[in-house]
Amino acid sequence: MTDILLIALAMSLLYISIANRLYTYLNILVFQGFILFGVTYLTLTKISTINLMLIMLETIVFKALAVPWFINHIIKRNGITREAEPYLPNFVSLIIVTFITVSTIILSSSIKDPNLDKTFFVVALSTIFTGLYLIVTRKKIITHVIGYIIIENGVFVLSLAVGNEMPMLVNLGIMLDIFASVLILGVFFNRIGDLLKDPDIDHLRNLKD
Amino acid sequence: MIGIFLAGAFAISLGLFFNRNKLVNYALLFVFSALLVVFSIYEYNHINVIELEFFKPDSIGVLLLFALTIVSIPVIIHGERYIETHNVDETPKSRAVFFGAMVALISACAIVLISGHIAVTWIFIEITTLSASALIYHHRNLRALEGVWKYVFICAISITFVYIGILFISLSLKDAGIDDMSFDSLYANADKLNPFWLKLAFLFIFTGFTAKIGLVPMYTAGIDAKDKAPAPAGALLSSILMNAGFVTIYRIYAVLSHTSLQHWANTVMIIAALLSIFVATVYMTRIKNIKRMFAYSSIEHMGLVILGLSAGGIGVYAAILHIFLHTLIKPTLFLQFNQVYWVYRSKSIYDVGNYFKYNKVGAILMLLAFISATAMPPSGLFISEFLIFQSLFEAHFIVILLVVLLLLTMIIWGFGKNIFKLLFTPPLTIDETKIPHISGWESLSQYALLGLSVYLAYNPPVVFVTLIQDAVKLVQ
Repeated sequence: MTDILLIALAMSLLYISIANRLYTYLNILVFQGFILFGVTYLTLTKISTINLMLIMLETIVFKALAVPWFINHIIKRNGITREAEPYLPNFVSLIIVTFITVSTIILSSSIKDPNLDKTFFVVALSTIFTGLYLIVTRKKIITHVIGYIIIENGVFVLSLAVGNEMPMLVNLGIMLDIFASVLILGVFFNRIGDLLKDPDIDHLRNLKD
Repeated sequence: MIGIFLAGAFAISLGLFFNRNKLVNYALLFVFSALLVVFSIYEYNHINVIELEFFKPDSIGVLLLFALTIVSIPVIIHGERYIETHNVDETPKSRAVFFGAMVALISACAIVLISGHIAVTWIFIEITTLSASALIYHHRNLRALEGVWKYVFICAISITFVYIGILFISLSLKDAGIDDMSFDSLYANADKLNPFWLKLAFLFIFTGFTAKIGLVPMYTAGIDAKDKAPAPAGALLSSILMNAGFVTIYRIYAVLSHTSLQHWANTVMIIAALLSIFVATVYMTRIKNIKRMFAYSSIEHMGLVILGLSAGGIGVYAAILHIFLHTLIKPTLFLQFNQVYWVYRSKSIYDVGNYFKYNKVGAILMLLAFISATAMPPSGLFISEFLIFQSLFEAHFIVILLVVLLLLTMIIWGFGKNIFKLLFTPPLTIDETKIPHISGWESLSQYALLGLSVYLAYNPPVVFVTLIQDAVKLVQ
């Protein structure tokens, strides 16, 4: 069951690579949040109940509901156009994300470590790299933020792979989530909206040598 | 004591944040400075004693903690001068945010220096990002916003990288059958760790911390940050924050140096260091913004430090000496830049000139600071750079040595060209009636810092040498 959920997460990456509208991105974030909720429940069987509840609460409230809702709010408030505006055609994106996934599978098959659950490793790495890819190839600042949140989802999957032995690390990951999201979204994106009516990365290109 | 320091720093930071009264502000900053001094002396007397389970002041931590204390006090004083005298649009609120964030940044860096656990280090590095971003955004305009946005975004990604590295370390621990992630346990069990995961962990942690220490690939955010932050904050960003990054890289490298991966790690670090020096050279030979030039000079010095560290032998000693002296010298340049800005109201090299005419004491200091920062004798950095070159020679990295020497010559040329333009060439247009009188006392602390760097390099006290030698033992 865990494997099915993780593969669904990997498939959502392919879908996001060809998504055109910002709302599709948000729906995928919600979808990934629910998947992570399920994976957490199925994987972390050996940690204390309170800690498990805390982690699951974070995935469902924070990842699946609060952050997408807040991004939605920002999009509406700042009147951001609905197009994602990629630099590359969707077809190329699809190929590249597929390539990322395939190469992480090849990479993981070269690892001979019995302690490692390879599905987790493959899905986590391909999510992280897809997030980086999205940041590099999308024009709007808001899509950069979405790319960053996808990276965090990938990191969360990776932390679940060691979660039973070291629940502290999963908690740290949650801290990272909340810290970065609050810092990036809450404080600064609101400010960017105040100062810039059309938050496009092109407006933030003045600092150079 | 760490508990007291943490609680005290937190209380003072909050107090500064909510207080609007000037005298209370002074008092709180004075208390904080005193707390810093007491804290560093206490940690020196309790070296290698574990406190509160996660904190262990080792030699390198204590050494850089002293540097932090020495630098922080003049920076706080100049911060007050910055807010008070020459900035008309400062409000009690902006002062409160500025000093609250500054105290948080200094304390977080101090805790990183003496933390003995990688997860604790990571948490406090997050706090440095948070407080640094408040400092960078001090002027609340579009440019500052751009700087802070880039800084926050890149630091968020870098911190995620470090987190991934920590996860990989935990995977490598599984083989050894331990679950204690303190640095002590990592040193002790270094040879039992799974080398594959350790390699990946080092790559990710090193890449992540390059954002803090200022190396290729993630140095970019730091440059914009130091450019847009007020100069006293820039002084902190280019000294103690870089040290915080260095200490963590040093400790992780120390773990690898006990394994067969040391050679591989050296290669990775040499590549990053060489690229950093190269990037610094490229920008410094054509740069027109004085503050950014200082920021790139820091990149160059960090490249040299990492080069010394990876050359091994005497290079490790030289690297630690170099970073200590750099901590004293670079804030001098940034603090002095404030006075330059008061005279010309511009950062561009095209608008400045003839500084000797307008501010003699400051101009002499600028000249001395330039000599110090480019490591010409009698600069303290000359000793450490010389030792780094010696270690490169002894490690048979002749080609690397030649390349670095060539690049450094170009850096001195670029740096010197701009500084001499600032000092001697008359500016094109300047309204001399608007230039404020700048008291020589404003430069006193900078002279003291430069003097200290020369003294420590040419006549090092026994305590200082012993601390560095102890710190070197971590690696070899």
